[in-house]
Amino acid sequence: METNIMLSLDRISKTFNPGTINEKVALNGLDLRIEKGDFITVIGGNGAGKSTMMNAVTGVFPVDEGTITLDGEDITGLSEYKRAKYFGRVFQDPMTGTAPNMEIEENLALAYRRTKSHGLRWGISEKERVRYKEALARLDLGLENRMHAKVGLLSGGQRQALTLLMATLERPKMLLLDEHTAALDPKTADKVLRLTHEIVREDSLTTLMVTHNMKNAIEYGNRLIMMHEGQIILDIRGEDKKKLTVEALLAQFSRASGSEFANDRALLS
Amino acid sequence: MLLSGLCQGFIWAILSLGVYISYRMLDFADLSCEGTITTGASVAAMLIWRGCNPFLAALLAFIAGCLAGTITGLLHTKLKIPPILAGILTMISLYSINIHIMNLATGKEGTSNLSLLNYKDQTVYAAIDRLLGIGKTNASLLLGLVIAAAVIALLYWFFGTEIGCAIRATGTNEKMCRAQGINTDVTKIIGLAASNGFIALSGALLSQYQSYTDVGMGVGSIVIGLASIIIGETLFARAKHFAVRLLGIVVGAVLYRIVVAFVIFSGMPSTDLKLMTAVVVAVALSLPILKNRLALNAKKKNAKKAG
Repeated sequence: METNIMLSLDRISKTFNPGTINEKVALNGLDLRIEKGDFITVIGGNGAGKSTMMNAVTGVFPVDEGTITLDGEDITGLSEYKRAKYFGRVFQDPMTGTAPNMEIEENLALAYRRTKSHGLRWGISEKERVRYKEALARLDLGLENRMHAKVGLLSGGQRQALTLLMATLERPKMLLLDEHTAALDPKTADKVLRLTHEIVREDSLTTLMVTHNMKNAIEYGNRLIMMHEGQIILDIRGEDKKKLTVEALLAQFSRASGSEFANDRALLS
Repeated sequence: MLLSGLCQGFIWAILSLGVYISYRMLDFADLSCEGTITTGASVAAMLIWRGCNPFLAALLAFIAGCLAGTITGLLHTKLKIPPILAGILTMISLYSINIHIMNLATGKEGTSNLSLLNYKDQTVYAAIDRLLGIGKTNASLLLGLVIAAAVIALLYWFFGTEIGCAIRATGTNEKMCRAQGINTDVTKIIGLAASNGFIALSGALLSQYQSYTDVGMGVGSIVIGLASIIIGETLFARAKHFAVRLLGIVVGAVLYRIVVAFVIFSGMPSTDLKLMTAVVVAVALSLPILKNRLALNAKKKNAKKAG
């Protein structure tokens, strides 16, 4: 077994609503190998299968075919909550990643227990509070002084920053970001992205980041993959990635897929 | 009259706290309540007929309620039946099961009610009275108060634990919970079991307080529970502390019972009570929307004037 492979997807297929008029092949024999320490950005047109790939990896639904191997362990049949201990996740919708009716520190306490079983011990300890306060201070949003505030009161950007912190509080094997800045205004999106970059670098996390922003996809990470019709059609890394431009990327897409790049948001941003 | 309102208020407060777990914590409108309160009453009454210690009978009623809640939870999580329907299925099957439980007391088929009039000395209230010699009414008050306080303390502790936090989080954001490694099927089942356990306990106390259990006694109990929750939340709207919010529900239940006692005293037929309760809850639930409408209308008028 290769030891420097963190995640390996082998011939993953997923079809939604099979046998109906709404049948949609979302993943079509997808192959992907992610090395430890890789920071991969994922781009692709509407319905290319980016989110489906994320959801397949995290076990939101079972895949039809193929195997998912994480750090040498076959996790294909593992349920979503059991896989959670390996993955830190941040979603597109800022509402998804946090519990709005609960306090900031309660949310962090839940995240801290992602890798542990839940018992009848008290839900949060003093020792943890100190740690959370330090971690929140790192975000530089003043949240460390609002530990008892309900998360529902926070702005979208604050919530995404908090979700990012929750995802990485207990070091995950992989950090999965599904268009986590798409719902934010450009300035906030930038701030959250810089924060992401910082955390990923400091903790040297293996990261998969779906984005609709080609500039960001080129700017961040050491490897870029482009998806089309449930498969990976471009895989650019190292020096090639550093030299990439948006125009070159669009041209490469047309050549590889034989069609125009169709993602309204990507073209507008 | 005021005293009987108080005594009954404490009993219904336990039901309301149970409903609070499913309705507010899990965001699950659980109609099993209407069946489990009767299950609790039937189990307790049947066991007392059979000579069981009344406290043990109440405890076993609690466990029976937990089982009923577990069934609702399994129907919803494992068979993917929507919450309302899962609750209705449990409620309707409990109707038959409750009659079977009462059959065990009389040994006859189709027992639809059980009287405890011949067992008046074998209730929890009589036991407390015998122990302290304070009279039945005072014993009822004291026991109601102590049990309500104990349930508040228990819930306060439980929902502060890791499992309790996970249950609260399940009610507010399921997707996030699964991403944080929480098995939401399990948290829902535990929450529903606890909820129905307390509802059944309230039924067990009610059957002993009124010395009567009827298979139809649960009809509308969910609405009474909701009414108490809403009254409590309105009165304690600013309460931040969880224990104070729970206390608010007890106060809400007691106030509701006192109002009911006055209404009946003033001559309204007791059969109209359920209608009245439903109207109160409907109005209370629609208050935010009514407020918005009124504000909107006022704005329109102002705009007309200005234009």
